[in-house]
Amino acid sequence: MAELIIISTLNGVLYGMLLFLMASGLTLIFSMMGVLNFAHASFYMLGAFLGFQISQWAGFIPAIILAPIIAGGLGALIERYGLRTVHKHGHVAELLFTFGLAFIIEETIQMIWGKLAVDYRVPSFLDFSAFTVYATNYPAYKAFMLLFSIAIFVGLIFLLTRTRAGLIIQASLTHPNMVGMLGHNVPRVFMMVFGLGTSLAAIAGAIAGAAFVTQSNMAALLGPILFVVVVVGGLGSLWGAFVASLLIGLLQTFAIASDWSLSKFLGSSYTPASGTILYDVWTVTIAQIGPILPYLLLVLVLVFRPTGLFGTRDT
Amino acid sequence: MTDVMLEVKDLHAYYGKSHILQGVNLNVKNGEIVSILGRNGVGRSTTLKAIMGDVPPQGSIRFKGKEIAGLKSYQVAYCGLGYVPEDRSIFPSLTVEQNLILGEKSGRKNPRWSIEDVYNLFPILRERKDTDASVLSGGEQQMLTVCRTLMGDPDLIMVDEPTEGLSPQMTERVGNLLQNIAERKISILLVEQKLTIAMRISHRVYVMGHGHIVFEGTPAELEKNDAVRREWLEV
Ligand SMILES: Nc1ncnc2c1ncn2[C@@H]1O[C@H](COP(=O)(O)OP(=O)(O)OP(=O)(O)O)[C@@H](O)[C@H]1O
Ligand SMILES: [Mg+2]
Repeated sequence: MAELIIISTLNGVLYGMLLFLMASGLTLIFSMMGVLNFAHASFYMLGAFLGFQISQWAGFIPAIILAPIIAGGLGALIERYGLRTVHKHGHVAELLFTFGLAFIIEETIQMIWGKLAVDYRVPSFLDFSAFTVYATNYPAYKAFMLLFSIAIFVGLIFLLTRTRAGLIIQASLTHPNMVGMLGHNVPRVFMMVFGLGTSLAAIAGAIAGAAFVTQSNMAALLGPILFVVVVVGGLGSLWGAFVASLLIGLLQTFAIASDWSLSKFLGSSYTPASGTILYDVWTVTIAQIGPILPYLLLVLVLVFRPTGLFGTRDT
Repeated sequence: MTDVMLEVKDLHAYYGKSHILQGVNLNVKNGEIVSILGRNGVGRSTTLKAIMGDVPPQGSIRFKGKEIAGLKSYQVAYCGLGYVPEDRSIFPSLTVEQNLILGEKSGRKNPRWSIEDVYNLFPILRERKDTDASVLSGGEQQMLTVCRTLMGDPDLIMVDEPTEGLSPQMTERVGNLLQNIAERKISILLVEQKLTIAMRISHRVYVMGHGHIVFEGTPAELEKNDAVRREWLEV
């Protein structure tokens, strides 16, 4: 039991931190443009494929450094020459633009790398067991992902709260006009935030791709969860995105690992006749309903707290 | 360079279809305090916004000899024009000191004002430097926005109704601050509702009617001109 809890907590925090790498960028971009970037998960996918390709050519370390830089550069260019123009035509146009962008990225990836999963693997120098909890080996690569994403998280917080560039970003999110009138080039700040946000997603992709499956449907699989995270956390709230990422990471990991059901919980004091709906409800395990939990949370949050856990504006 | 800092000629501005500024002419000389007076809604704030590029201007705006009409706000600011808007627009989630830091322009050498100067001028800002700017009183917020703009080392600052909603003592202090700034050879274009303060500190005043200037002169001249005051200023 203790073993399960420790391992699931580690996995949950890891999953949560990876979610946060993506949600933080999405949240920053939302605060800035007032529009959800539907293509955000696509940059995660792009990070994974670029990571795969570069690791084939130059090895793993160059891959996790270059993939986010290339993806972020691309994101900045897309903001500069695409979104900025579309922005003038309103939010609906922007939303449709990011929607189209998601498909373009997916189709392009399929054209280059095909529809099947590519062989993006954990590098051999990280392919060992880092430590053992009771009888379970914890892979070094997972420990690496955890530490790496925490380091990026700390770096991001430092950038936003301790540097002048970060202060300019923070102020631009709420008072772009005023920041401009103090002499700061706000459009350029927006371009850099878009680039930063997409490169954070690409970092997550580049490191997670090697541990999980790198395939052209990974953006579509991840996208919905990402939106759950930012809505549950509160649109535009970075802190909310952090809490929601961890919450959903832990929730899903624990759900998958648990074989609890109502019957187990309540004991055998009462058992409905088998074959009835009630019997199914009684015996379904949390693991089986795990995938629904985030969406259930989404619905509950929207009903009881429409601003999200830490948000200030209605979704 | 002439001693004219800012020269506005035949300035027009629109909000949608409404023609708000209908040919505004004014100028501000080096180290001068100039006020724009007028009733509510005549377009005084719009004049400042148009100069700043926040509202698209038509006509000519020359600043330090350079045409700035059509530039983006940040470019106008970079030329050395500072602006303190009517709504103050402090950054509420940032601290007092962070607000001040944001006033600095990247890459500018030897500014006239350092953060220490500002703190010496307003010790209260030093005491509160690590608190969120949103908890300051109205008067303190006004000081903060003026100082934030000074941190950008402007050659001219435009201040929109700095004394609105302030107590008489605070109003006095703002007036003294503006004089203090002008003594450092920074020109000031002030929009004021309170005649007393504007008359006391201004070198020249403009009175604005609906979308254009209806009077120009020294405070003493305006004092003598009952007709203008009755028609355009008194309520
Ligand atoms: N954003 C806007 N959209 C449409 N009309 C506006 C806008 N801002 C101001 N106006 C109109 O433009 C005119 C001039 O406004 P402005 O703010 O320049 O007035 P003002 O002289 O500064 O007066 P005060 O600040 O005392 O209200 C007013 O009639 C106002 O209703
Ligand atoms: Mg006004």
